[in-house]
Parts: sequence; C-alpha cells; structure tokens
Amino acid sequence: MMEVFRDWVGHRHEYATEWKRRSGGRLMGYFCTYAPEELIYAAGILPVRVLGGHEPQAVTEPHIFGMFCPFCRDCLAQGLLGKYNYLDGIMIAQSCLHLRQAFASWRMHVPISYDYYLPMPHGVQSRHAYKYLTAELQAFQKSLEEWTGQPIKEDALDYAIELYNTNRRLLRQIFELRRLKHPPLSGLDAMYLALSAQMVDKAEHNVMLEELLQRLRAEGASARAGNGNSRIRLMLIGSENDDTTFVKMVEDLGADIVIDEHCTGTRYFWNEVEPQPDRLAAIAARYIDRPPCPSKDWPERRRVPHIMTLAQDYGVQGAVLIQQKFCDPHEFDMPAIADALKKEGIPSYNLEFDVTLPMGQFKIRMEAFLEMLRGEELF
Amino acid sequence: MAPKNGHYPTEPLKCWNKAKEIRQKYYENFATAHERGGLRWGGGAWAFDAIVAGLGEEMRLMTTEPYSASVAFNKELSAKCLEAAEAKGYARDLCSYVRNYIGSILIDKYAFGGPFPHLDFIFQEQLCCSQAKWYQVVSELEGGIPMFCIDLSVGPYHQLNESRLQYLVDQMHDGIEWLQKTTGRPFDDEKMIEAVHNECRSTSTWAEICCLNKAVPAPLDEKSMHSFYVLATLDKARKEVADFYEELRDEVKDRVARGIAGVASERCRVITDTQPPWGFLHLYRYLETYGCVSVGSLYVFGLEGNFEVKEDGTWGPRATPQQKGIVLKDRDHALRVYADWNLSRPQWQHFYNPQLKTDMMTRIAKEWKLDGVILHYNRGCEGLTVGIAENRLGLIKEGIPVMTYEGNMADEREFDEPRARSRVDSFMESLGLERLTTMAHA
Repeated sequence: MMEVFRDWVGHRHEYATEWKRRSGGRLMGYFCTYAPEELIYAAGILPVRVLGGHEPQAVTEPHIFGMFCPFCRDCLAQGLLGKYNYLDGIMIAQSCLHLRQAFASWRMHVPISYDYYLPMPHGVQSRHAYKYLTAELQAFQKSLEEWTGQPIKEDALDYAIELYNTNRRLLRQIFELRRLKHPPLSGLDAMYLALSAQMVDKAEHNVMLEELLQRLRAEGASARAGNGNSRIRLMLIGSENDDTTFVKMVEDLGADIVIDEHCTGTRYFWNEVEPQPDRLAAIAARYIDRPPCPSKDWPERRRVPHIMTLAQDYGVQGAVLIQQKFCDPHEFDMPAIADALKKEGIPSYNLEFDVTLPMGQFKIRMEAFLEMLRGEELF
Repeated sequence: MAPKNGHYPTEPLKCWNKAKEIRQKYYENFATAHERGGLRWGGGAWAFDAIVAGLGEEMRLMTTEPYSASVAFNKELSAKCLEAAEAKGYARDLCSYVRNYIGSILIDKYAFGGPFPHLDFIFQEQLCCSQAKWYQVVSELEGGIPMFCIDLSVGPYHQLNESRLQYLVDQMHDGIEWLQKTTGRPFDDEKMIEAVHNECRSTSTWAEICCLNKAVPAPLDEKSMHSFYVLATLDKARKEVADFYEELRDEVKDRVARGIAGVASERCRVITDTQPPWGFLHLYRYLETYGCVSVGSLYVFGLEGNFEVKEDGTWGPRATPQQKGIVLKDRDHALRVYADWNLSRPQWQHFYNPQLKTDMMTRIAKEWKLDGVILHYNRGCEGLTVGIAENRLGLIKEGIPVMTYEGNMADEREFDEPRARSRVDSFMESLGLERLTTMAHA
C-alpha cells in the first residue's frame, strides 16, 4: 500500500499531468508551505509544491548567486529545465530570502500565465498579523477569481478547508502511531506520506490515508516488531528535507526516524484551520499559528518548545539537525536547539545538506553517531 | 570607450573632521549613557529610532551593522570576534555582521575601547531574514534583555495599500506601549514628532547630496561618502545629524559650482551596489589608478537616502513632510507619515523583486552618467545580495558594462584582494582604459 505514496512522489510530474487531463483544472506551483492551499483549491486549482530534483545542474548559475541555499537553486533548476511545464501559475507566500529568489527568477525566465507574490507576514507573533494576512488573502482571492473568471464561493471554501483539515488530521493520526515502541511505519514511509500530500489532490490522498490508517491500526504494534529492540529512535530537525536516499540510509543503519520537524514534514500539516464565520480569517489564523519556520520565529522562541514536546512525545533518543547550506534562519536556531536537546539529555548531530549528498561520508558520520547513542544505552 | 581627460581641481572636504567627531561622540555617548541617567538600546540601521526618541534625549542607540563594519575594519579584532561566534556554534557562512557583533559580546571587547557596553533593551525591525534572529540571539547572550521587533515585510512601496501601512502603524503603536512598560519612562509624542522631522530631513538631505554627484566631475567619491552616509545609519533621527547633512549639502553644492572633484583624475564613472569589503577600501584607490571613480552605490545612496521621481522624470530627494507643509498633528498621524516615509526607501524595494533594483541601478547609470557598474557578490549579506545575479543579467540587457567580484563585507577570510584587483584590470581594459602612470598610490 505504501507503494501508492512512493509512486506519487516518484512520478509527481506524471501525476500532475494526468490530473490536469482528467479534471480539466489548473495547476499552481507554490514555493513555500505558508501558501494558503485551501484558497487555491477552492478556486478549482490544484496546488503543487515545487521541490528540487537532487541532481547536479548548472542552469541556475547565471540567476542565483552560489551562496544562496541549494534548495532554492534546485527548485529554480526544475523550472528552467522545463520539469514543471504543466503548471498554469506559480505563487509564493513570503518565505525566506533564498526561496524568494527561485520564485523571482522563475517568473522572469519561465513562461507562465499567472504569478502571485503574497506578502505573508514574518511577524507572526504580532496580534496584528491576523487582520493583515486576512486582508492579503482577500486580495489573493480577488486575483484568483480574475484569473479563473469564476468567483470562489463560501461552500467551495468550506469544502476545501474540511478536505485539508481531514488530510492534516489523518497524517497526524498516522504519525502518532510512530510513538509506539515499534513504529508501524518507517521514517522513510512517513516522509513519502507527507511529501505526497504536497503534490496530490487531497481528495485522493485522504482516501489512501484513511485506508492506510485502518490497516496500520489493525496490524497494531506487531507490524514492524521484527526489526528488533536495539533500533535507535531518531528525530530529524531543520530545513526543507525531501532527501529520501538519506533517510533510507540512516534507517538501514539500525535507526528508526520516529518524528521530524521539517517544512516538508510535520510543520506542513501539524495544525488545522479552526472554523470561523470569516473563512479567510480562519485560514489566516491557521498559517499564523502553525509551527513556525525559523525566519518567522521571533522575538520569542516558539519553535524550540515545539521541538522538545515532539522529542518527548515520540521518545526520541537522538536528533539529527539538518540544515540546507547557507540557510541563515536555520543557522541562527541550531545552537539554541542543540542546547535545549542537550539539557534534556538528547544528543544531537549537525549535517549540512546540499542538492546531492556525500552519502559515503554521511554514512560514516551517522554510523558514528548511532554507535555513540547505543553506547549510552549500555551504561 | 574613448578615455576622457580628467585633471580636475580637488580639495579636502571642510566637513570631514566634523563627521568623524559626530561618529566618535556617538559611540562615546552610547557607552556612557548610564552616567547621564540614560539607557542603551540596540537596533539595526533601519530601526525606528524616532519612536524611541519619544522616551527622551538620553536613549542611546548602537546600530548593529555600522558597529559590525567598524569591527571588520579592525582586522585583528574582527578575527577574534568571528572565531568566538563560530566557536559558540554559529555557522561560518552566517551574516558576517552578525558574527562580528556576537563575537564582540562574547569576547567582551568594544571596538572603540574597553569592555562591550551591554544593552538595556532592543527595538529592532525585520526585513532581511537575519535582522530579528540576530537580536533574538543578542537578547539571549545579554541575559534575556527585553526585545521588540517590527515586521516591515509588506511588499514594495509602489504596491503599498491601506492595510499594509496599517499593519506597520499598528505595530508601532504596540511598540510605544511596550517601550513605556519596559523602561518605566513616560513617552512624549512631541519629542517623537520632532525626531520624525529630523529623520525625514536627514534622509532627504542625504539623497540631495547624492544627487549632487550627478555632476561631472563628481564632487564626492564613494569611499569618502562612506564616512558621511554612516551618520544616517547611526543616528538619523537626531537634530545634530540632520543639521550636519545640510551643512555638508551646502559644501558639496559649492564644490559643484566651482568644479571641485572628489578625485582629480576622474575620467570614468562607475557605481557599486552593496557594502564593500570594509577591511579593503583601498580597492577604490586602485580603481582611481585608472582614472575610474565610483561616484556612489545603490547602498550608499539608498540605504538611508530617500528619493522620489521629480517632475522632469529624474531622481531627486523625497520632499519631506515639512517641505510639503504637513503638520503632524498627533501620535497616529506621525506614525503613519513615518511608516510611509520609511517604506519608500530604495534599499528596501529589491527584497521583493530583483527587477526593482535593476531598474534603480539603470536609472542611476543614466542620470549619474556612468560608464559601468560593479556588483559585489557579497557572501556576508544575504539581504543586500538577494537577486544580485538577476541584477547582473538585467544591467547587461540594458547595455551597461558590468563587473562582478566575490567577497565578504566583514569577513576578510572570504575576500581575495589580488583576484579582485585582477578583475578590475580586466574590466578597465574592457572599458578601454589604461593605468595612469603618474599616479603614485595603490
């Protein structure tokens, strides 16, 4: 059954093209998970997250200075290489500076009929951010309506909100099964679930998640008990990470990745839209109150306590702090996260990610980290 | 390009020493604020210092970026600061201003002598991703000092609407309440309004000075301008700075009238874009060996200077509220005018779209009569290099010769001076220039 989710991720472009053919709908590429997908979906458009290809490329060199993060360059490369030619539009909800460049260069150099920059507030801890973002969503709604020539009705918004909330709820329910001593699904499979949610129609995704949840519950804790008792429970923390090869390598070394704190993982779906009479205000509140990206996590640190709660709830024994090379917001947070984990007796290990990873070297480093963790278990 | 003759008269600037004195006094006043019953606060060069001025004269600010540039200028101190920050766990590719500043706290050394003068509170803004995070760390290193931060990221000025402006104004109102509660001091709207006027006067007059550099020969060169623009980055809302700029403007006007050049050998004019590598400003002197003068930069013009398009279609200083006869009648009105004024800063626009920076630099190239543009691929600053590669492409498309070099404004370990000079040599050759054999320097 996991094959379906893996296939969606592995053949994301084929899925999108096929979706467009059979639905006749439009496709919108988005660059950051602060994009209000419910609103886009209510306009009859399928939001599709733009992700990198993890292959060496040189097409972005003239467009993005090499000191910006590999993820933003990899995303832009996909556009320049024509991998997302099926998109009808692109949008960004104001993200970090890095990813904004991918969006900016894409709209300058890749032919596209619609683009939109939504100035999502960075000051999400300000009480005024709710009103401000609601007004921005109103403007975005108007823009979408002008583009499609169709009004976005309240019942469409209600449907989209419920559909997305269901998806989030199902993902959380499945992820919560990973609290078990023997998690019924691997970290790699969990990554496929979260990633596919960002590129597949939620109506289809929910059906499969529901089925998977029932199956996992039925199988219970015995599903992967054969994996043994000595597997180390790891948490992945940090920047965007959709590197399935890395996750597989780590788990092959005898670890279970039991939870993550990535925008490609739990940060994407952790909280729901709480219903309000004003639908856009409700959507705005969801994105303002979600587990924050470090670029929006100030002045108070809200990310660190969230991470610590996850670590405690999921029985984490060690954490891998993953950072896209050159990502300043994450680089600011890393020392504070490492300190907080250390205070709770959870060792952590930093890794800097690029478009492709030096897998041999990373394997040795992860082996050493896991060996250290196992050593601690002995004493 | 045919070399132009360029043997112009030049003379030292009369205001030079006064600018140095204001700067020196600024850092002394910050260090000694407590002795006069004042408080020390931290914020960036774009902090809303006119708001804090409502708490009184002795609220002394130390702006982070200029301070960090001062640390970078002192290579020995900078090396210690950078290493201290990195040893604490901050990545080597993190903003180099941040690492110099954090390091200065960690090793407890003030660039102007003595131990680091610790902050009482923080009143910062966020536009670049590093600004609020920077002070989040500073707050923690300083033992958890209180911090307030205003989010500015409401899109470019030409798309400003009521909701976006109100978001800023609402945060500013909250900021005033926070300042009173945090410091326990009363807030005086009149003092804030006076400071808003000062800031508008400072930043408009600085823009006027930059526009005087459209003259041939340019009365100022970029390297000298660094010593003047910095006052706006330090204390733009203070009367002393606004008055100084008017004095400087009058002197520069006089230089233009008399044909006094910043660099006598001017025969080729360029600008740069972002911060230079502060420890290697003699790169500008190397340019001069070719008779090439950098007459400014988008950074030195637009980081603090405020411009607007005039009736004839050219860039000029933005008219201040006073010049327009606008009376700031109360707190809310002052904050609205202040927010609007700041949101039009040239250097804030490209955060949303690189084309806006390309357009501004193209305008400057035409109006300031440039022969080329030098772009600093600055590894030390994400904010001001964002979109720089697209700027290069855009300027080339406009037919403007472009040179790029890679460096770091405040981490000398990432600047290869011989390579940068070599690039200058090639660029000058492409512009048809040979070195002036009579120049003794560089």
